[in-house]
Amino acid sequence: MSPLAHLAAIPVLLPLAVGAFLLLFSEKRRGAKAALSVTTLTILLGVAIALVAMTLVPTAEGDPPVIVYPLGNWPAPFGIVLVVDRLSALMLLLNAVLGFGCLIFALARWHKMGPRFHTLYLMQVAGLNGAFLTGDLFNLFVFFEVLLAASYALLLHGSGTVRVRASLHYIPINLVASSLFLVGVALIYGVSGTLNMADLARVIPTLEPHDRMLLEGGAAVLGLAFLVKAGMWPLGFWLPTTYSAACAPVAALFAIMSKLGIYTVLRLSLLFFGEESGASAGFGAEWLLYGGLATIAFGGIGALASQSMPRLAGYCVIISSGTLLAAIGTGNSAVISGALFYLVSSTLAAAAFFLLIELIERGRDAGADVLAVTMEVFGDPEEDIEDEDAEVGIAIPGTIAVLGGAFLACTVLFAGLPPLSGFIAKFAILSAVINEAGGVSAVHWLYVFLLMLSGLAVLVAMTRTGIRALWAPQESEIPPVRAAELAPVLLFLFLCAGLTVFGGPVMEYMDVTAQVLYWPQEYARDVLGGQPAPATLPGGTEP
Amino acid sequence: MELILAIGIGILAGSGVWLVLRPRTYQVIIGLSLISYGVNLFIFVMGRVRIGMPPILKPGTVGDPAGFADPMPQALVLTAIVIGFAMTALYLVVLLAARGLTGTDHVDGREE
Repeated sequence: MSPLAHLAAIPVLLPLAVGAFLLLFSEKRRGAKAALSVTTLTILLGVAIALVAMTLVPTAEGDPPVIVYPLGNWPAPFGIVLVVDRLSALMLLLNAVLGFGCLIFALARWHKMGPRFHTLYLMQVAGLNGAFLTGDLFNLFVFFEVLLAASYALLLHGSGTVRVRASLHYIPINLVASSLFLVGVALIYGVSGTLNMADLARVIPTLEPHDRMLLEGGAAVLGLAFLVKAGMWPLGFWLPTTYSAACAPVAALFAIMSKLGIYTVLRLSLLFFGEESGASAGFGAEWLLYGGLATIAFGGIGALASQSMPRLAGYCVIISSGTLLAAIGTGNSAVISGALFYLVSSTLAAAAFFLLIELIERGRDAGADVLAVTMEVFGDPEEDIEDEDAEVGIAIPGTIAVLGGAFLACTVLFAGLPPLSGFIAKFAILSAVINEAGGVSAVHWLYVFLLMLSGLAVLVAMTRTGIRALWAPQESEIPPVRAAELAPVLLFLFLCAGLTVFGGPVMEYMDVTAQVLYWPQEYARDVLGGQPAPATLPGGTEP
Repeated sequence: MELILAIGIGILAGSGVWLVLRPRTYQVIIGLSLISYGVNLFIFVMGRVRIGMPPILKPGTVGDPAGFADPMPQALVLTAIVIGFAMTALYLVVLLAARGLTGTDHVDGREE
């Protein structure tokens, strides 16, 4: 094992260690804590970039490399492994960028709103990284719990009735989802005798029909747990309420939590039920497709009906989840490659939007949004007359101009309009769906239609909100915004612009990543170190 | 033996689900606990039900797998119990905070 392979463990170990270490400091030494957190996130960003760079170099055989890190140095099916392939590296980088930006935002104000913010924040990052890296199902569960435990506390950060009330729903839903996770894991172990993902990819094609049924049942129960996280309709009702209750930097970090659900569904469905998995091939794909379509529709309607900006952002997250799930359901690697681009772009856009909302809302009364919608319906005669005379010739204040520009960029990103990356992502998905070999089925046309329609719905909803909040503000002050708070928003938006400018190379990376996902047996061989497939069935069917 | 265990797990999980769907936070937390007991038993049983068999080999011996219980689910269940316990404790705190802030023990934070 090359010394560089140790980099694979750092995204988990470093934030865990630093997070625990920060507990030793008194809450008054916030400066030191902040400095340590920022240093940690900076290192994680460097490590993530290094890992992505390592996955770019093909191996001697010309395959994309898979870095396997055996914790405790036991070989793969028996020991626990961390696995870095192109998809994991991509998600790590996305998480590091997001974590870094949101932390900078939090340092301006939010980290003073409650105790132990930095520890919880680092634990959340560690849990996310671990879930992206782990190579076996039970550790996936453990990392899910680590990030969920941190997220319960982070949701409550800043306290207040709204947050406690949201937690009252969020925590039980996730506890029940975790129970489903365990039931799924136990069923899969009971049938196959292994929990290593790569080993499972090898064992599943050899299963007997009566065991296969149980395994598929287990996988379906497991999938439910991930789909709750991803927010698939009808499992995602909790999402807008929870995300809108959380404080801005936390909500922005949560944007990648729903993508974690998508990531696990993508990884596991292709590993377990890829084309090479015998009778189970394509299991659950239809459910993902139809579920995804329903989710897009639900998100679109929800976005139109939203009366407040945080809820609108929540529904945008749901739409992006639906788009991704349906893309996975199509089972076409070209669609998946577009979906991966969409995943990166929509996560950054959602995070930027959550941060932006908090900045905009600072200068407004609570309930201004509801009032605005009511006025839209019933009209306000005075307003029309006043506006014409009084506000002619008044320059737009600089802060509002920047906020408005950022809001516009978010709108363009979510609606999927040119010139930003949202357009390229949607275009990649749509062109792959339409150019499918053997004609486009009716359901796929429906997908195309819903994708367009959801873009329109978001455009309408966000334009309406934007006009009310920024263009025609009613007796609101200019929100006091610091440069450090604006910087992360602009960082995320510039990254989206960068994705557009470097669309070609990024898309190439996504293409190869998506293709690799369709070779589960290669992945299994890399992780298990080239061992031949078992002649007889391990575990399970023994007396 | 399997039948008794299956019925036991079914009753635990069924009562748990019913309680989780009730409107009082105390019922919800008891329901969550019952579900997690049911699930823990389920994981344990997935290693096959065997009576009076050790999960580990004695030093220096070579064992026949048929004479041993599967140690994996036992290790998994231990982790699941610890995590489940911690999460229940955390929810208990939120429950108390909600009771204090909203003045009601309804899960929506207000009476219908």
